[in-house]
Amino acid sequence: MVKMIVCMKQVPMVSELPWDRKTGLLRREAADGMMNPACKSALEAALRIKEEHGGHITAITMGPPMAREILHEALAMGADRCLMVSDHIMAGADTMATSFTLARAIETYCSDFDLILCGCHTSDSETAQVGPQLAEELDIPSIAMVDDLRLAGRRLRIERVSDHFLETLEMDLPGLVTVTTAHFTPRYIPMAGLQDAFQEPNILTAGAHDLGIEEGQSGIKGSPTQILEVFSSTAGKQNVVMTGAPKKIVEDLFALYEDSIGSVIRKDLKAVK
Amino acid sequence: MAAKKRSIWVFGDYRNYFQNRVTLQLISRANDLARAIGAEVCVTVFGHGVDEWVWEYSCHGAHKIYVCDHESLKFYSNDVYIALMEKLVREHEPEILLIGATAFGREFAPRLAKRLGTGLTADCIGLDIGEDGLLVQTAPAFGGNMLTKIVTPVKRPQMATVRPGTFQEIPHDNDAKAEVVHVPLPDDLPKDRITLISSVRQPARGQKLEDAAVVVCGGRGMGSRKKFRNLYELARILGGEVGATRPVVYSKWADEEALVGQADKHIKPKVLISFGISGAIQHTAGIKDAGFIIAVNKNPNAVMMKMADVAIVADASQVCTALIKELKKRIRS
Repeated sequence: MVKMIVCMKQVPMVSELPWDRKTGLLRREAADGMMNPACKSALEAALRIKEEHGGHITAITMGPPMAREILHEALAMGADRCLMVSDHIMAGADTMATSFTLARAIETYCSDFDLILCGCHTSDSETAQVGPQLAEELDIPSIAMVDDLRLAGRRLRIERVSDHFLETLEMDLPGLVTVTTAHFTPRYIPMAGLQDAFQEPNILTAGAHDLGIEEGQSGIKGSPTQILEVFSSTAGKQNVVMTGAPKKIVEDLFALYEDSIGSVIRKDLKAVK
Repeated sequence: MAAKKRSIWVFGDYRNYFQNRVTLQLISRANDLARAIGAEVCVTVFGHGVDEWVWEYSCHGAHKIYVCDHESLKFYSNDVYIALMEKLVREHEPEILLIGATAFGREFAPRLAKRLGTGLTADCIGLDIGEDGLLVQTAPAFGGNMLTKIVTPVKRPQMATVRPGTFQEIPHDNDAKAEVVHVPLPDDLPKDRITLISSVRQPARGQKLEDAAVVVCGGRGMGSRKKFRNLYELARILGGEVGATRPVVYSKWADEEALVGQADKHIKPKVLISFGISGAIQHTAGIKDAGFIIAVNKNPNAVMMKMADVAIVADASQVCTALIKELKKRIRS
C-alpha cells in the first residue's frame, strides 16, 4: 500500500476577476475559490497510483478557513482523509514559511508517507517553489514539473520536458514530485463521493499550536521576503477606447497609429493620396 | 580580517546555450546593480569541459568566475550543484544571487534558498536597487495580470529567479578579462538521489509564433471557422503569425500549433491584435509580454479590452475585414 500526501491550495477563480476599477487591484475577497488546477492533477496522479497499487491518500491544505471547500472536493474525488492547516499566525506566509509549516504538519500527522505530490505551480502566486522547498525541509529527493509517472515497487519513474530535453528519471521513495496538468486530467466527481464528502467529511484541523509552531516561524513574521507593493500590470496602458462603424474605427486607428504600426512591419502605411 | 568585497552572483546556466541567453542577460543586469551598490559581478560555472562558457561569460561582462570543472559534474544535478553552491555562498557571502528561470533554475533555486535559509522571488521580470540599497524584485502573479514588488530585507543572499528575455545582454567583448578562480571539487559532495535514465534533446520546432513581431490572435468571438480564416490573410499582409485561444483550437478553427496560453506558447510580439478574445487567465498568461495591444471585442468590459492600449468595441470579424481592406489600400507594391 502506497501512503500518499497531496498538498493543495485554494486559488481565486481568476477567469472572472473582480477588479477594482479605480485602483486596478484585484478584489481577492470577492473572487470565488477553486482547487488550483495543477493541484487537482496531482490528486489525479495519486488516485491512479492508488487504483493500480492500492494506497491511502491524505490531502492537505494550508489557508484561511474557506479553503476547507477544496478538501471536500478532494474527498469527493477519492482522497481518504484530509488535513486543514489554518491559523491566523500563518497568514501571509511566503514559500519559505509555507513549506516550513507544511513540513511540520506532515511530520505531526503523516510522517510515514511514501510519496508527496504537489501541483507544479499555482495560478495565483505562480512561484512553483513550495514543492521543492517542502522536499528540502523534509530532506527527501524531489522532481519538479513531472508530466507522467509510474511506480514499480519502491521506485518511481517519471517523464518530463525540461529546457527542451525529454527526460526520463528515477527516484526511490520516499520522495516528492510536482505534477503538471499535461497528462493527469482530473476525473469527474461521482455523485456518491460528493454525498459522503459533505455528510461525513474526514477532515482533521490543525492550528499552529498543534504543530508546535510559534509566532515568528510562520506567516508574515516567518517569511524572509516582504511584499512592498502589488499593482495591475495593465497600469500604464493608454487604453484608448474606440467605438462606431468598423470602417470608421479602422480609419481612426490608422490616423493615430499608422507610424508606430508601420515601423514594426517596416511598411509605409500613410494613406494614398 | 579585511571585509569581503561586496558581490553579486549569477549562476552560470549554460545548457542549451544558443537558445538560452538568460545567464548573459543576468550578467548584464548584475553589472547595473553592482554599480549602484559598489559590488563586483561573479559567475559560477559547474560542469565538465566548460572552458567555452567561462570564456563567454568573461566576454559578456563577468568580473570574476568561479569554475568547478570535474567529470562528476558533467550532468546538471540538483543535489550536487546545490551542495556545491551552498559551500561557495557560505564562504563568499554574496549580497545577491541571480538564477535564470529555466526549468532547471526553477527547481534548483527553491531548494538552494531553503538550505541557505533565505528568501527567493520567482520568475522576476524586473530587478532594481531601492533607495535603501535593497534589491527590489518585480514578479508577476495571476497570469501576469498583477505585478508584485518584493524585497528580502534581512536574510542574505537576496535571491531571485529571472525570466529569460527580461534584460539585454552586454555585447561580446573579446578583450574583456574576468578573473578565473578554479574551485577544487569538494570531497564531501553528496550523491545524486535522482537517476537519469535518458535525456533526449527535443527537435527544435519552428519558433515562428513565439518570435513574430506581429501576432494576430483570435478567439471564439470571431464567429465561425470561415471568418477565423480571415485572420490568416491579415497576418500575411502584416508579415505576422496567427495565434489562437484554446476554445478555438477545440473547435478546430485553428491547429494546436497556434495555441497561445499559460501552458502553451508564450508570445512577445511588438504589436498584438486580439480579435474576439475575452481574456481568460489561461490565455492572457501567454500574451503578457506583448508590446502594443489592440483588442477588438463587442464587450467593452472583457479583461482583454482592459489590458489593451487600444480597445475597439465592435464585431471582431467585421473589424478584421475592414483592416484587411484598409491595409491593402495603403500598402503599395
